[in-house]
Amino acid sequence: MTEPILYVDDLTMHYTTRAGDVSAVDNVSFTLTKGESLGLVGESGCGKTSVAICLLKLLPDNARIKGGHIYLDGVDLVPLSEEQVRRYRWRRISMIFQAAMNSLNPVYKVGDQIVEAMETHLENFSYPAAREKVAELFRLVGLDPALMEQYPHEYSGGMRQRAVIAMALACDPDIIIADEPTTALDVIVQDRILKELRAIQQKLNMGMIYISHDIAVIAEVSDCVGVMYAGRLVEKACTEEIFHHPIHPYTAGLMSAFPSIVGPKRELTMLPGEPPDLLNPPPGCRFHPRCPYATEICREQVPEFKDYGGDHFAACWHPLEG
Amino acid sequence: MTEVLVRVEGLSKFFPLTRGLFRESREFIHAVEDVSFAIAPGESLGLVGESGSGKTTTGKLLVRLLDPTAGHIYLRSNGSEVDIATLRGKDLKAFRRRVQMIFQDPYESLNPRLTIFDTIAEPLMVQGIGNVLEREEMVAEMLVLVGLTPPSSFMFRFPHELSGGQRQRVAIARALVVGPTFVVADEPTSMLDVSIRTGIMYLMQDLAQRLGVTYLYITHDLAVARYMCQRIAVMYLGKIVEQAETEELLQHPQHPYTRALISAVPIPDPRIKRQAIEIKGSIPTPINPPPRCRFYDRCPIADAFCEQNDHPPLRDVGGGHYVACYKA
Repeated sequence: MTEPILYVDDLTMHYTTRAGDVSAVDNVSFTLTKGESLGLVGESGCGKTSVAICLLKLLPDNARIKGGHIYLDGVDLVPLSEEQVRRYRWRRISMIFQAAMNSLNPVYKVGDQIVEAMETHLENFSYPAAREKVAELFRLVGLDPALMEQYPHEYSGGMRQRAVIAMALACDPDIIIADEPTTALDVIVQDRILKELRAIQQKLNMGMIYISHDIAVIAEVSDCVGVMYAGRLVEKACTEEIFHHPIHPYTAGLMSAFPSIVGPKRELTMLPGEPPDLLNPPPGCRFHPRCPYATEICREQVPEFKDYGGDHFAACWHPLEG
Repeated sequence: MTEVLVRVEGLSKFFPLTRGLFRESREFIHAVEDVSFAIAPGESLGLVGESGSGKTTTGKLLVRLLDPTAGHIYLRSNGSEVDIATLRGKDLKAFRRRVQMIFQDPYESLNPRLTIFDTIAEPLMVQGIGNVLEREEMVAEMLVLVGLTPPSSFMFRFPHELSGGQRQRVAIARALVVGPTFVVADEPTSMLDVSIRTGIMYLMQDLAQRLGVTYLYITHDLAVARYMCQRIAVMYLGKIVEQAETEELLQHPQHPYTRALISAVPIPDPRIKRQAIEIKGSIPTPINPPPRCRFYDRCPIADAFCEQNDHPPLRDVGGGHYVACYKA
């Protein structure tokens, strides 16, 4: 196996609120190699986006990394100062945000905004070279370079999302984080963007972390999948394994609750209850109140995130046969 | 179809684009144009399409939250058909007992300052059903039906104390408390997470059977429609372009737009590779569209005949499968 470029080790992050500490990310560990696409899947509030903002250290004022390390090519990013972080943010790791509408400034031309991002982050910046680069990126994401001179409101939803992708690629990052980039788009446009994003990621041999709540989208864009539940990574394996031999009951439940338009129309199963309140997460395995297999040990002890062979990891006291 | 509960004929809704206070509009958004369909009692018809296709406008016309520009909506009531499109005053109010709507976003559709009891009892008060005690009993019964038990622990809470799934259950209870026969459900599960969504889908199916409710189920998600609907109508730019039994539509789509739409739906199984059917461009503007087929500009199989003729009518290709295309 090739050396990972990103190694996240026991990452823990809390939000401080008036009601108490919200444990949004709890002991999350994973690796990402060059050219690998990792899908991060889970429901709202499970900590997917919180992991992403830790990686970029774009933490809001009330968020604090409580423990763990984020190694990028062997350098731990957690203790770095804001000044030092600036040197890798966007140049090494960049992000495609969920709401394309809100990630573009409505009063600047789209091309200028991307040039500005390059000016902020690149050391040897030259305006003509940057313009040339943006034109090239526009072609790469399937936009006419003439659109650089237009404003965001003149773009359709799909075009805006493409521009945001171009912006994320502007500094030739090694890792790109895509946070639900197609959620607000119609299915035909989504399909095109997904294909293009995947093709670009493979062509440029970037590492990608694709965050989504939609397991069908994850199935299409990922080599590997990490499943998150209530702030913890509960299972991680290659896409084929996750979909066909899930070990964690939550993963299995998620799969069988998801409708598909192909194949026989099977009964959709229902997960009882709702995700826990992270102000006061349940002890032991955080999934135990909803788990059909839960026993005494699940209520008391946190299961270890352990290797079941073939790079298949899961945190469960009663693993399924797979 | 032998028995029909709702029959829609030539339904249209145009929104004028204002050009100033005293100037007459010359441009209209053709949100829904010449749409016809029928729904049998106890059936659930899915209305599927992309944003801007006119699905929600159609739904709002059917519950008379909007007044149609043209066309008729017949609702069978006590053995006779009533045209909803022209109801007024007392008749319109009585009609609201029979037809209700469930909205997409349970965070927006509930008044944050009303308790759950007040929220669900409001339609009863408007319709003048029961006294306070009777209403309390009816609300409690409804809460049990939608799975919010025990009712006493929910009745006097506020929406912000409930989760998204619980709020949507309240919205469903509010729609069903007056005992409607027909409910328009506008994307009732699209804001919910997967593990919560299945519960709401089953709840709606269960209530349809128990209370004898017929649904018009509006969604952009074909996979959800497959589970919720017996038949599906696909809308594109204000027109129904194809309509068939659910499995028939998914297995044998005829219209080039339906084919492209189905081929673009991601599949939650990495072993299955989809056959991509590409269509050009994106959905055009519905402002004063030319009379030809709405899909002409993006259609991979369109020819001169499609350009010169009007939008094709829905024609029967057998077994209750209707397609609006000259070439299919």
